Amino acid sequence: MMDSVTSMTFIIALYIFMLAAFTGYVVISRVPSILHTPLMSGSNFIHGIVVVGALDVLFNATTLTGQVIGFVGVFLGAGNVMGGYVVTDRMLAMFRPSQKPTTEKKGQQ
Amino acid sequence: MFIEYIVGLSGLIAAGLFIYGLKAMSSPVTAVSGIVTAGYGMVFVVGATFLNLFNVSPDARPHLLVNVALAVVALLLGCLWAGWRGRTVQMTAMPEMVAIFNGMGGGSAASLAAVSLLSDHATSGLHLSVTIVGALIGCISFTGSIIAWAKLDGRMRKPVRFGGQRFFNAALFLISLALGALAVMQYGTPEGVLPGILFFGAALLFGICMTLPIGGADMPVVISLYNAFTGLAVGLEGYVMGNPALMIAGMVVGSAGTLLTALMAKAMNRSLSNVLFSNFGDTTSSAKGPEGEMKSADPSDAATSMRYASSVIIVPGYGLAVAQAQQKLYEFVKMLVADGVDVKFAIHPVAGRMPGHMNVLLAEAGVPYDMIYDMDDINDSFATTDVALIIGANDVVNPEALTDKSSPIYGMPILNAYKAHQVFVIKRGSGTGYSGVQNPLFFQKNCTMVFGDAQAVLSKMVEAVKALGTA
Repeated sequence: MMDSVTSMTFIIALYIFMLAAFTGYVVISRVPSILHTPLMSGSNFIHGIVVVGALDVLFNATTLTGQVIGFVGVFLGAGNVMGGYVVTDRMLAMFRPSQKPTTEKKGQQ
Repeated sequence: MFIEYIVGLSGLIAAGLFIYGLKAMSSPVTAVSGIVTAGYGMVFVVGATFLNLFNVSPDARPHLLVNVALAVVALLLGCLWAGWRGRTVQMTAMPEMVAIFNGMGGGSAASLAAVSLLSDHATSGLHLSVTIVGALIGCISFTGSIIAWAKLDGRMRKPVRFGGQRFFNAALFLISLALGALAVMQYGTPEGVLPGILFFGAALLFGICMTLPIGGADMPVVISLYNAFTGLAVGLEGYVMGNPALMIAGMVVGSAGTLLTALMAKAMNRSLSNVLFSNFGDTTSSAKGPEGEMKSADPSDAATSMRYASSVIIVPGYGLAVAQAQQKLYEFVKMLVADGVDVKFAIHPVAGRMPGHMNVLLAEAGVPYDMIYDMDDINDSFATTDVALIIGANDVVNPEALTDKSSPIYGMPILNAYKAHQVFVIKRGSGTGYSGVQNPLFFQKNCTMVFGDAQAVLSKMVEAVKALGTA
C-alpha cells in the first residue's frame, strides 16, 4: 500500500516535470534575440525560489551542522533572488521605443 | 493542516506568476511588467513560507528561535549584498554578475541536498538518488559559475589545459557518481557520512575542472548552460522536499535555459558539445592572413561622407563597449538623423559578450530599440545601403566565414557589411579578432579604416558634423 502511494507521487512528479519542461520551452521559443540576456537573467531570478526550500530546511534544523548548511543555503538563495531581480530590472528598464526617450530627455533638460 | 493549504496554494500562485512573468519577458513591450509580476510572486511565496514556522517538526521546536533569527539574518545579508552588487555593477560586467547570482542558486540547491542526506528521516532509495543527482548538478553549477565569473572578470585570462584532461574529467565525474552511489547505499549509517562528504568535494571539484579548459569567448554559452543546470537542480530538490513550486519553477527554467543555450550556440554556429569539449582557439595560429594594403582615413572625412549619405547601417561590436563609446555613438547618430540620414543598427547574435548584450549596452545609451535590427532582418539591406560603419567588431563581419572552408570561423553566419557601397571600420589597430583570423574585408576596395580609440574617433566625428552645420 505504502509502495503504491510512493510510486504514485513519483509518477505525478514526472508529470509535473514534463508539463513544466514543455511550458518553459513554449514560453521562450519565440523570443527575439535582443532579449536573450535579460531573459537569461530573468530565468536566473526565477530559480531563486530555491530560497523557499532553504528556509524550510533552516526552520527544521536540529543540529549545528544543519543550521550552518541551512544558513549558507538561505544566504545563497537570497542572493540569487535579489541579484537576479535587480539585474533583470535594470536591463529591462533600458528598453524603450523611440518616441519616449526624446520626450523624457527634453523634460529632464 | 490549514497552514499547509495556505503555503501550498501560495506556491501554486507563485509558480503561475513566474510563468506569466517569463512569458511577458519575452517581448520588449511587456518585459518590465513581466519581471515585476514574477517579483510579486517571489515576495508572496517567501512570505507565506514563514507560516511554516507554526508547522515545524517536534524535534526542531526547541531551536525555533535561533533558526528564525539565522534565517532572517541570512535573508538580509543575501539580499543586501546581492542588491548592492546588482545595482552598482557596470552594464558591461553584467554577464559575470549573472554568473555569480546563478552560481549562488546552484549552491543553495546543493545545500538542500546536503541537509537531506544528513537527516536521518527514513526515505526511499529513489528519493536519495534524486537528491544525489540534484546535488551533483547544483555543485557543478556552483563552482562552474564561479570559474566562469573569474574568466569573464579577467581574473583568469587563459584557459587551463593539459594532456589527458578529458580523461581526467571523465574519471572525476565517474568518481563523483560512485561516491554518490556509496552514500545512498550506506545512508543512515555512520559509514555513509564520509562518502557523502567526499561526494560533495568531488562534485564541486568537477564543476571547476569542467569549466577550466573552456575559453572566455564561449563563457556566455556556458553561463546559460549552468543557468539551466541550476534550474534542473532546484526542480529535483523540489521533488525531494515535496515542494511542487520548486519543481515547476526549476523545471521551467531548466527547459527554457536549455533552449536559450541552444539558441546561443546556434548563433555562434557551434554545437554545445563543441563548446564544452573542443579547445577552440588552439588551431587558429596557423591561419595566414590575406595579402594587400589597408586604406585609412581621417575621422572627419569619414564623418562627412556619412553626413551626406542617405542611409547608414552601424555594426557595433564589443570594442565599442570596451571604449565606453555608446553614448558618443548615439550622439553622432542623433546628429545624422537630424540631418535626414536613415540610420539603423545591425546586431549580430553574438555581438557583445552574450546574445542580446549589445542591445542592452545600446539601450543603456538611450538608443531606442526600434532602430536596432537583428541579423536576419537587416542582412538583405546592406547591398542597398550607402555606408556601413563597423565599430569594434571583426569576426562577425568577416566574409571569409562564408567562403573559406579552411577558416576556423567558416560557417558562422555574418553581417553582410561588405556588400555596402562604402564601409568604414573604426578599430584600434590592424590586429585580428577574437578568433585570431585576419579579416579580408579590411583589404577590400570599398573599405576604409579609421584607426583609433572608438571614443576619440567618435568625438572627432561629432565635431566634424557640427562644423558642417545643420542642413
